[in-house]
Amino acid sequence: MAILATDIEEMIREAFPSAQISVQGDDGAHFSAEVIDESFRGKNRVQQQRAVYAALKGKMDGSAGEVHALALTTRAPD
Amino acid sequence: MTDANTQIAETVKAHDVVLFMKGTKSMPQCGFSSRAAGVLNFMGVEFTDVNVLADESLRQGIKDYSDWPTIPQLYVKGEFVGGCDIITEMTLSGELDTLLETNGVAYDKAAADKIREANA
Repeated sequence: MAILATDIEEMIREAFPSAQISVQGDDGAHFSAEVIDESFRGKNRVQQQRAVYAALKGKMDGSAGEVHALALTTRAPD
Repeated sequence: MTDANTQIAETVKAHDVVLFMKGTKSMPQCGFSSRAAGVLNFMGVEFTDVNVLADESLRQGIKDYSDWPTIPQLYVKGEFVGGCDIITEMTLSGELDTLLETNGVAYDKAAADKIREANA
């Protein structure tokens, strides 16, 4: 079953309950997400985005992964 | 897995700039790999391309190596820099210039400025 942008948002929300999250994409495979969370402060982009990928629990992984592409933007709030 | 790990470690150590990608720098086979290779090509950075589609153990191995689930992946002097989005952001912010300079990697500053101008 194809994955929805709202599914991705829910998974990210679970890991980052107070984050500002916006997920776009409606083809079931290609998405873009922006996550703004206080926990990102002081972390570099690799660390920030690793944390988001971890929240997606393997959905990104390889040919078996449901999400083919997720353009990710992460930052701490201004 | 261990073999792939060793092979990756040796590759990123032997070359200053390495891009693990789908396809090759002259014939990328995924839009994201194409964008990453395109930026490096345009900036005149000499880099080694590794086509993960040519080797299934590398395709999974590189994700385990960096604990990063997507391809392309850029390495400078053995350090994982990021994927396509991070490369793009760092190019536009000038951080990639700094990273290359710090590591003594030659690149065309004017070309990098041109990318920033076009995206300003």
